[in-house]
Amino acid sequence: MIATRVQAEAFDAAAEAAALVAGRTDLGALVTFTGLVRDTALRLEHYPGMTERQLGKVAADAAARWPGIIGQVVHRFGDLAPGDPIVLVVTAGRHRGEAFAAAEFLMDWLKTRAPFWKHEAGAGWVAARASDDDAARRWEP
Amino acid sequence: MQLLYFAWVRERIGTGAETLAPPADVATVGDLLDWLATRSPGHAAALADRSAIRVAIDQDFVAIEAPIAGAGEIAIFPPVTGG
Repeated sequence: MIATRVQAEAFDAAAEAAALVAGRTDLGALVTFTGLVRDTALRLEHYPGMTERQLGKVAADAAARWPGIIGQVVHRFGDLAPGDPIVLVVTAGRHRGEAFAAAEFLMDWLKTRAPFWKHEAGAGWVAARASDDDAARRWEP
Repeated sequence: MQLLYFAWVRERIGTGAETLAPPADVATVGDLLDWLATRSPGHAAALADRSAIRVAIDQDFVAIEAPIAGAGEIAIFPPVTGG
């Protein structure tokens, strides 16, 4: 099971990771990735409803590719300051290879599939990056 | 049908949502974009560069050739930039 959540509030990465593996004694790997707001304050717009739906689909894809993996994804929206955490991906499994791979897959796919748009203070809407499309494409069959 | 706009598409059109009934010959997403672009200078500006437009029907991404028959909610927006 890979759960997903969309929220305006900050998250506690360590608490999310601890909650994910609480009570489990069969896991050998726990991967935590936190994305931070770099350089410029921004407002993150999203499409309520579709955001949850697309994050759920990305999580289901990851769970199908790595059946032993459990995870938690949290993505924020609203006003964020430089250095603020913006996205969290936590994965856990028996071995590190699948946990790292699933975390990277979740990030690559949510960046190109979840309907969020960054607006930078003073600079306007952030343009999509071809490198994000390339990163997502490498997971395609 | 309900049209939703996000990010700079919303800003250029000047509203985040409108309810419209396109004529019967508007069959695909591409037809819809062509028809919307005639509605105001803001619509035209928002939809001028089709390579920068993404469309979702009922919250799933669709291609430009997709039919719009039966759609409840059609969202039009730029490429996503989350993460």
